[in-house]
Amino acid sequence: MMLIPCPYCGPRDETEFHCGGQAHVNHPNDPHAVSDEEWADFLFFRANPKGVFAERWVHAAGCRRWFNVRRDTVTNDIQSSYRIAEPGTVNE
Amino acid sequence: MASRCPGADLPEHPDRLWRTPDPKRAYDVVIVGAGGHGLATAFYLARNHGITNVAVLERGWLAGGNMARNTTIIRSNYLWDESAGLYEHALKLWEGLEAELDYPLLFSQRGVLNLAHSLQDVRDSVRRVNANKLNGVDAEWLDPEQAKEVCPILNISPDVRYPVLGATYQPRAGIAKHDHVAWGFARALDRMGVDLVQDCEVTGIDLVRDRVVGVRTSRGPIRAGKVALAAAGHTSVLADTLGLRLPLQSHPLQALVSELLEPVHPTVVMSNAVHVYVSQAHKGELVLGAGIDSYNGYGQRGSFHIIERQMSAAVELFPMFSRAHVLRTWAGIVDVTPDASAIVGPTPFTGLYVNCGWGTGGFKATPGVGWCFAHTIAHDEPHPLNAPFSLERFTTGALVDEHGAAAVAH
Repeated sequence: MMLIPCPYCGPRDETEFHCGGQAHVNHPNDPHAVSDEEWADFLFFRANPKGVFAERWVHAAGCRRWFNVRRDTVTNDIQSSYRIAEPGTVNE
Repeated sequence: MASRCPGADLPEHPDRLWRTPDPKRAYDVVIVGAGGHGLATAFYLARNHGITNVAVLERGWLAGGNMARNTTIIRSNYLWDESAGLYEHALKLWEGLEAELDYPLLFSQRGVLNLAHSLQDVRDSVRRVNANKLNGVDAEWLDPEQAKEVCPILNISPDVRYPVLGATYQPRAGIAKHDHVAWGFARALDRMGVDLVQDCEVTGIDLVRDRVVGVRTSRGPIRAGKVALAAAGHTSVLADTLGLRLPLQSHPLQALVSELLEPVHPTVVMSNAVHVYVSQAHKGELVLGAGIDSYNGYGQRGSFHIIERQMSAAVELFPMFSRAHVLRTWAGIVDVTPDASAIVGPTPFTGLYVNCGWGTGGFKATPGVGWCFAHTIAHDEPHPLNAPFSLERFTTGALVDEHGAAAVAH
């Protein structure tokens, strides 16, 4: 069972949260200008590292706010959690 | 005389079914991953296409990854034509596979019930039954009493949180003994001269311009005319070494077994809505599967609350399970795609092929996908049955969207 540090509420049990997948994925600035390949990349392709991964979580049973977590996908060690507006390490 | 002990029909294991060769310096085809899909692919490369200068490389031990961790359910009751084509091809091959491999696989066509718990479930299920029939797949819609006739221990009381409103039934579905499937393929491959190389981790893929020429492994470099990836949850790790992005997310998928019990559960029962699936193994364990953990993971362990939910659903559907003890739990790492369908075909690199994205349901496809993937490798173009499962579909938009439709949530 993971203890996830919500930046607003502090550490809480993982059952209070939902995982929202990779963090720092930006919507294309001009959707009409991107190619099919770039659009597919935005919609469907995400990093899938065996190691540290920056991902979004929502504290669904708490403050209901989204934030980012850097977690090791092998050990589940959580290295940091930070608010959406704060810069993180972007996945390759 | 008392009734036969569960497990009495299990065959004795021979001492040795395959050699443990050192890898040669070069092969026509190198397959990465000696699970069900890698082994089946090598088998049909040899049997259908006469290509036997093949190595199947395995990081751990043969069939020790997801093949050893799955819940062994075999069915072909998928909604979309593309999926029904591939899984029904597999089911037909399963029906002849024991004879083909001359090895006992304990393939048991005990049927599968997919339960419906809401009006929407009922509508979706009846639609899937009709779609199955149009595709030549056996399927029936059963009301709760008929479902209970198939599986007498099923609780069809209306006084539960998610009552059973009916079920789809595929009588030809069933289970097989996963280890024996792998061993049957391995023995056949060994006899045909294919090298099964265990304890050999692929760490990189060698290119000359955009053409694959070999792999780097923990046991040295191996040259290869063609390289085929069949590494399930670890496919992204291999593709990353080439800078090849695949639309995959790797998640833990947990299962558990009970202690050995007398035969109580005659079929396979799956429920999408409360998400548990149950069968009874040949030896007598109840085998229970759950949904995936929501987050990405490679640690081969999952969250305890997933097991709690799975158990509470199982006990409501089968009240008699409440006295059964859990013997062990485990997780495999499954590679999930955005449309819950596999990716089987060529890649942008010449001579590199991928078979991945099976998510939670790859075992049932084992012979069918091996057949099609072997064709893809031998002819350098997909078999008609796996052509819809290309990597390009994520760009063209021609998705095979089996979310929910496939009778199991992902």
